[in-house]
Amino acid sequence: MTLPFYVSPEQLMQDKAEYAQKGIARGRSIIAMEYRDGALFVADNPSTSLFKISEIYDNIAFSGAGKYSEFESLRKAGIQHADLKGFMYSREDVTARALANGYSQTLGTIFSQELKPFEVEILLAQIGDGPEQTEFYRIAFDGTIVHEKRCIAIGGRSEDVASALRSAEGEGDAPDLNTALTRCMKALETATGQPVSLRALEVALLDRTRTGRKFRRVPPDEAESLLA
Amino acid sequence: MEWMGLNRPVGQCSSFFDFLQQAKPDLTPAVRWGAEWRPVPADEMQRNVLASLSHGTTVLAVKYDRGAMIVGDRRAVEGYQVAARRMEKVFTTDSHSAIAIAGAAGPCLEMARLFSIELEHYEKLDGVLLSCEGKANRLGHMVKANLPMVMQGLVVIPLFVGFDVKQRRGRIFKYDVTGGKYEETDYHAVGSGGKDARVTMKERFRKNLSERDVMALGLEALLSAAEEDVGTGGPDVFRGIYPTMKFVDARGVSDADDAEVARLCDQLARARSERDTR
Repeated sequence: MTLPFYVSPEQLMQDKAEYAQKGIARGRSIIAMEYRDGALFVADNPSTSLFKISEIYDNIAFSGAGKYSEFESLRKAGIQHADLKGFMYSREDVTARALANGYSQTLGTIFSQELKPFEVEILLAQIGDGPEQTEFYRIAFDGTIVHEKRCIAIGGRSEDVASALRSAEGEGDAPDLNTALTRCMKALETATGQPVSLRALEVALLDRTRTGRKFRRVPPDEAESLLA
Repeated sequence: MEWMGLNRPVGQCSSFFDFLQQAKPDLTPAVRWGAEWRPVPADEMQRNVLASLSHGTTVLAVKYDRGAMIVGDRRAVEGYQVAARRMEKVFTTDSHSAIAIAGAAGPCLEMARLFSIELEHYEKLDGVLLSCEGKANRLGHMVKANLPMVMQGLVVIPLFVGFDVKQRRGRIFKYDVTGGKYEETDYHAVGSGGKDARVTMKERFRKNLSERDVMALGLEALLSAAEEDVGTGGPDVFRGIYPTMKFVDARGVSDADDAEVARLCDQLARARSERDTR
C-alpha cells in the first residue's frame, strides 16, 4: 500500500489561496460607492446580457467577480435566503449583514473542506432611509469579510482601483451621481491604464428616492446623458 | 455547504413556491394542512366546498380602453358577524399585474403574499419578468396545490388581472378550485356577491370604456352585489371606507384616486335614491 504524500496544512492552504487569487486576478474590477441618494455600482463588463450586478432584495444589491458559474450560484442562494427570510419574518428583517455572514460561512467552509476553492469575490451593499445607514461588505474567497461605509472594490486590480478611489474621495457628504460615476470611471482608468468607455460598463443603482424596490439598472444611454 | 441549497440541480425552475415546498414544506399551506388529510365522506366534502364557495366577498375585474380594472369590497364576515370593515382583497403583485381573492381570509392573504414573492423571485433569479400567461399559470399551480385545504372547507379563489406587454392588452383570468385557469374576454366577478355583480356588468358593459366610465360600472356592479349579499360591504360613508380599485395598463398598476371613488359612490347612491322616490 502506498502512503499519500504528506502536505502540511499551511502549504495546503497557501496553495489553495494562490489558486483562488490567480483566478480572481484574471477578472475585471467592480466598484460600489456611496452617492447622495444611495449606492452606485460600476462593473467593467462589456456584456449586455450576462450581468455582474444584481438585485437581492428591496434595498440590497449583489455583485460578484471571478468565475461566473460560482458567483451565479452564490447570487441565487442569496436571493433564496432573502426571499425566504422576508416571507418567514418581514421584509425589513432582511439585512445585508446576515447575508454577508451566510456568504462568509459558505465560502469559508468551501475553502477549508473542498479540494477546489471558489474563485470569487462578493460585494454586497445595503441602503437605508439616510446616508448613515449605507453599508458595503466584501467577502473574499476564504470567507473573510470587510465592512466599509464609503466605497469598495473587488475583482482583478481591486487594490489599485480602491487606492485610486480613496485618493479622489473628498471629505464631507457623499457626491452626487455624476461626480460619483466620473470618479469610478477615473479609478478604473487609473488602475487599468486604458481609457474606459461607458458602453463597456455595467452601471446600476440602489436609489432611496424610489418607492418599493430600490434597485435599478442604468442603461448606457442614460449614463452618457448623466455625464454630458 | 448546504446554505439555501447552494448545490441545487441544474434545470430546476426559478420558483419560490417550489423552493419553499422543498426547503420549508411546513410553510406551504397545502403541505401544512394536507399532511394529515383524512378521507372525508363525499357529501360532507361537497357541503364544505359549496359552503365555502359562497364565502363573503365580491371582487370583480373589467377591461377598458387602456387595460383592465380590478375592484374589491372591504368587508370580511365570520358567520353572521362582520369581522373586518377595512380588509384589502386586491393586491398589486408586480409592476404589471394584480390579483383579488375570494374565500377564507387567512389562506387568501397567504396566497396573495406568496404569489407576489413568487413573481419577484423569478424576476430576480432570471433577470426578466414572467410573461402574462406565465404568471397566470403559476397562480393556477398554487390554487391546485391548495386542493387538500378545499376539501376541508378552506377555499381560495383568485381573480388575476395582468397587462400583456407583448400583446399590448389587459387580460383577465379566473380559476376554479382545482387550479383550472380560464381567460375571460370582457369582465368577471367572483365571491358570494359575484353573481349579482356579473348580472349588472352583463347589462352595462361596453367595449373600450374610458377610465371614468369603467370606474362607474365597477362601482355600480359592486353596489348591486352589496345590496343583495350580506357578505359584501358597500361604500361606508360614515367611516369613509370605499372599495379598493386598481388599474393595470401599459404604464403599470395604479390605484384609483380615493376622492374620485367617494364622489362616484355618492353620485351612484343619489341616482338610486332619486329613482326610488320618484
